[in-house]
Amino acid sequence: MSDTHSIVPSDELPAVHTAPSREVAVELVGVHKWYGEFHVLKDINLRVQRGERIVICGPSGSGKSTMIRCINRLEEHQQGTIVVDGIELTNDLKRIDEIRREVGMCFQHFNLFPHLTILENCTLAPIWVRKMPKREAEELAMHFLRKVKIPEQANKYPGQLSGGQQQRVAIARALCMKPKIMLFDEPTSALDPEMVKEVLETMVSLAEEGMTMLCVTHEMGFARQVANRVIFMDAGQIIEANEPNAFFSNPQHERTKLFLSQILH
Amino acid sequence: MSLTFDDGTFIRNEMVQPLPPPRRQVGALGWVRENLFSSVLNTVLTLAGIALVALILPPLVRFMILDAVWTGENREACLGPEVGACWPFIKAKFGQLIYGFYPIDQRWRPNIVFAAGILLMVPLLVPSWPLKRLNSFLFFVIYPVVSFVLLTGGNIDASAFLFEHFGLIHSFVGDVTMAGVNATFWVDYVLTAIAAAAFVGGLLALLGGSGTGAARTTLWVFLAFGALVLAWDIDFGLPYVETRQWGGLLVTLVIAVTGIVASLPLGILLALGRRSQMPIVRLLCVVFIEFWRGVPLITVLFFATYMLPLFLPSGTNPDALLRALVGVALFSAAYMAEVVRGGLQAISKGQYEGAMAMGLTWSQMMRLIILPQALTLVIPGIVNSFISLFKDTTLVLIVSIFDFLGQLRASFTDPNWATPVTLYTGFAFAGVVYFLFCFGMSRYSLFVERRLNTSHRR
Repeated sequence: MSDTHSIVPSDELPAVHTAPSREVAVELVGVHKWYGEFHVLKDINLRVQRGERIVICGPSGSGKSTMIRCINRLEEHQQGTIVVDGIELTNDLKRIDEIRREVGMCFQHFNLFPHLTILENCTLAPIWVRKMPKREAEELAMHFLRKVKIPEQANKYPGQLSGGQQQRVAIARALCMKPKIMLFDEPTSALDPEMVKEVLETMVSLAEEGMTMLCVTHEMGFARQVANRVIFMDAGQIIEANEPNAFFSNPQHERTKLFLSQILH
Repeated sequence: MSLTFDDGTFIRNEMVQPLPPPRRQVGALGWVRENLFSSVLNTVLTLAGIALVALILPPLVRFMILDAVWTGENREACLGPEVGACWPFIKAKFGQLIYGFYPIDQRWRPNIVFAAGILLMVPLLVPSWPLKRLNSFLFFVIYPVVSFVLLTGGNIDASAFLFEHFGLIHSFVGDVTMAGVNATFWVDYVLTAIAAAAFVGGLLALLGGSGTGAARTTLWVFLAFGALVLAWDIDFGLPYVETRQWGGLLVTLVIAVTGIVASLPLGILLALGRRSQMPIVRLLCVVFIEFWRGVPLITVLFFATYMLPLFLPSGTNPDALLRALVGVALFSAAYMAEVVRGGLQAISKGQYEGAMAMGLTWSQMMRLIILPQALTLVIPGIVNSFISLFKDTTLVLIVSIFDFLGQLRASFTDPNWATPVTLYTGFAFAGVVYFLFCFGMSRYSLFVERRLNTSHRR
């Protein structure tokens, strides 16, 4: 783990190469979900290897956020099985807590806790969930804050930081739990254009370290550089899944072609 | 600064440096012009305000200070034309206004309670002072028990009441008293505690929960309750003072402080219950809140005092002040619940999701993330409830409990002090006292609000 990383997400730089292992990190089999009468997720089947990096894209309302939120039970699925890190998700609260401990998540709107300082935001879960001594938790938090390059903000409140800084804090906060899997739910969608890069850089360096990642994002440069697989979703189902080069240069499904032509000008 | 203009295109050569803001208000005159006479409407309002103050303030000052009588032994001093406030009346009745009919030779007991209350509360209210945990433990746990013993005299034979219902070995052994303590009762108590812990633990273990944890919790509850009963059971040699003799500011503060301290946690629990996913919990909380909000406090007090005894089994007759206390606490808890619920609703879903995604349990999430933010948001509403509760305590007068105002009105009937200004003096004094308490709470809440406002600091 180094504090310096120079890779900038751009098409010219070589893609990140850390091969995923054979071990399964997340597996969704025949997952269905309804919001009342509305069928949001339809027969989702997805297997994510440990160390694999998945980018999920698709039009809004296609169920991509809902799908990754099912993985840590922020949303409940009604049919099918979801196995995360060898634990099957059921209504058992103990299992849900066990899974949430191992799965970090970053949100579109950061969801930092505004009444706590940056450092307190980061140490909260290690102290209360992992029962780590306060000092140790603070050292850990400072380590990850240095990694996302904002150690000097540790004693400020989230409201005093820019959007990009807040999202990097959110990533550091998730990392403080030493998760095995990271979920990103449109982490750059709420950011000013100038701040997208700093967040993506952080995510790239995370990918280089072999973190298992599922990212809902429309940053196609990031997908090309980092993803092992790109998944395209529409109308609550997976339409196409392929490795990024093939996905972008040779999309198979009509809907994928249309989507790509809309976003890649 | 060199700027290049050419048919609409524009390139900045030099950045504009920040300048100090324009100074409109120069000196006191400028301030007056800016703030008091900036427009026709403001000028009219300012003049009207000055006129109002000129109308009210001089007579008030004259009545309260200039024309007031400061010394005297009885009504003679305050008779005569153009006489202002009759302060000797307040001085003569001061003890009564503070302690009610509390025996004069025992007044040191409420004095200790007052002093200890101030000594424990002030450090709790100053955020920068250390030992908050110890301080809150002393104030919220030890202080009420000690105050109860001091004010009533303690030595309450709880064992007699409990035996009628829960005696296990009592019927075989009879009363065995050792060192002034009923040994039979305590053996019984320990046996009951173990039995209850085993039962609760076993039940939870059967249902698939943590049996040992539940058993331990049960034992702790019994231990705490036992300590309470023991503390109240010990004979400290204090003469018993029944609550009917309490009065004045003592009763006002007892009711207000108990109501305030009990209503906030109860209100929080009710608010959480009302927003719970569990339908039965939610229903119970809604019924409770709506019931208490639907009846006037006077009805509650009347019911607690005059009708409750009809429903209770004969022989059990809880103290009148205690019943009023419970009534006031539950009543204000219902209001508090809605205030807190308002705060909970203002917290975005993202905060819950952020907390849940980190693996916090529900109670950790509420305690560490949601409630601190929600309560900070509704401090004005909470203090509003506190202030109105403080003033509403005076309603206990209708169930023959003499609070500060009740005691004051009682003292008006004293023929020794029957003068034309007695009534005005009394109410002026009461107004000042109530104002000091309420204004103090209000200012303190503003201070806390400013201190806790971290979210939008930029």
